Amino acid sequence: MEEFMLIFRHEDGQKQASPEQMQLWMKQTMDWIGGIAAQNKYSGGNGLPFDDARVLWSNQLVTNGPFGDIKETIGGYIIVKAESAEEAVELARGCPVLQGEGNSVEIRKIARGDEKP
Amino acid sequence: MPRAELLPHLFRTEFRKIVSVLGRRLGLDHLQAAEDIASDTFLLAYESWPYQGLPENPTAWLYAVAQNKAKNYLRRQQLFNQKMAPHLAQSTPEAQEPELDLSEKNIRDSQLRMLFALCHPSLPAEAQVGLALRILCGFGIEEIADAFLTHKETINKRLYRAREKLRQQHFTPEVPSETEMSQRLASVLTTLYLLFSEGYYSESHNLVLREDLCLEAMRLTYLLIEHEPTNRPPVQALLALMCFHASRFAARKNGIGDLILYQDQDETRWNQELIAKGTYYLHQAARGSTLSKYHLEATIAYWHTIKVDTPEKWEAILQLYNQLLILEYSPVAALNRTFALAKVHGNEKAIPEAEKLHLIDNQYYYVLLGELYQKMDVEQSRRYFQKALALAKTPHDQHTIKHRLAAL
Repeated sequence: MEEFMLIFRHEDGQKQASPEQMQLWMKQTMDWIGGIAAQNKYSGGNGLPFDDARVLWSNQLVTNGPFGDIKETIGGYIIVKAESAEEAVELARGCPVLQGEGNSVEIRKIARGDEKP
Repeated sequence: MPRAELLPHLFRTEFRKIVSVLGRRLGLDHLQAAEDIASDTFLLAYESWPYQGLPENPTAWLYAVAQNKAKNYLRRQQLFNQKMAPHLAQSTPEAQEPELDLSEKNIRDSQLRMLFALCHPSLPAEAQVGLALRILCGFGIEEIADAFLTHKETINKRLYRAREKLRQQHFTPEVPSETEMSQRLASVLTTLYLLFSEGYYSESHNLVLREDLCLEAMRLTYLLIEHEPTNRPPVQALLALMCFHASRFAARKNGIGDLILYQDQDETRWNQELIAKGTYYLHQAARGSTLSKYHLEATIAYWHTIKVDTPEKWEAILQLYNQLLILEYSPVAALNRTFALAKVHGNEKAIPEAEKLHLIDNQYYYVLLGELYQKMDVEQSRRYFQKALALAKTPHDQHTIKHRLAAL
């Protein structure tokens, strides 16, 4: 069994959602993750709120969040257990982030200690 | 209390106190001796009380006899030490002060220490539950065998191995320090949870014994509540969970001792006092920032004390099961979560999620699928219930599934 990170990419992190909308997303996200956990395929994860984000650039400059300069932002991630990337893609299908046009879920295998990166 | 009932009653309440105090005094290496002394004490009572008449204060009589027997044991150990100790490196209890302190405070303190010692993470779970039943709950070997649906010899062997294991660890019965507390407490709670579940879900037909097991688990949990350093939110949440479950004791059995399923229970027979107690401890548990699996399970159990189905109830239960599964996977939680999902989003949406669980050795997996398909495809539903029936082991489960099949 491999582990894969499912990274939620939002096309425009500056979009403001209403509290009701946020609550609905939250429930949908929990239902989606709960469904993965019910198959004993959930390993961990975190939401990454957009507010209070900082970016440190190579010239030591610190900016407030990646917004503006970078078009896509990461809204969170979960780690799942799957036999293959295909299975991880199947698990990702229900992710509510995908309801937003232009949003995506990136699926990346997690390197294990015994493998070369 | 009639004389014939007095000794069994005293055995149930006093045996464990004597063993805990002796076990603390003699050390865990001598746990078997502590049990033997307590057993011998009761044996003497069984033999002498019918002839010499009931002592004025039966409990004090038992304590005095146990005390004398402990003194003799310690003297023998001391003698053995003086003669043999130079040749053997073996730990023996100190013998300077053979008085046994059987005050209420010391009994409670000793039981608490024993609870932490017996639930040490280095002991296998099976050994912890067995020892807890014997030492802390005063259950007879036959009763333990009955609860676990096995033979006396099996339990004796299991307890023997557990005592050996305990002896090898060489720890003293202590309440852990502040730094170790959350980790050690977690291990104690796991055992108490197991003890309670063993009673609540056991396949044993002895319902009285099963309820006793649950009540003992609750008593030991309460021991932790009474002790300020262990009176913590996860403990309160576990007690709340136990109270909610225990509130259904009377409602879940019919006249001939068969179990009645939740949806068929008469909720007027649910014990409102226990529900109120559970609610109180759940509120207590809400202080602080920890959210243990006991919090989640207790809150689910709380929602089940409200019999009427509302969208709000099932939405809450679904979210709690989502959180529970994220914290810790279990097949039972996965099945219950899918049932809640069906209640919130409908069977059509729940079926693909149920099929993904793939618990093909689990009868309840097929019961769930059978139920979800019932209105959409009767033939498919029947096939699933038949698969469940083939996997069901107890007559009670088989009966319940046959009933469902007949109703299709």
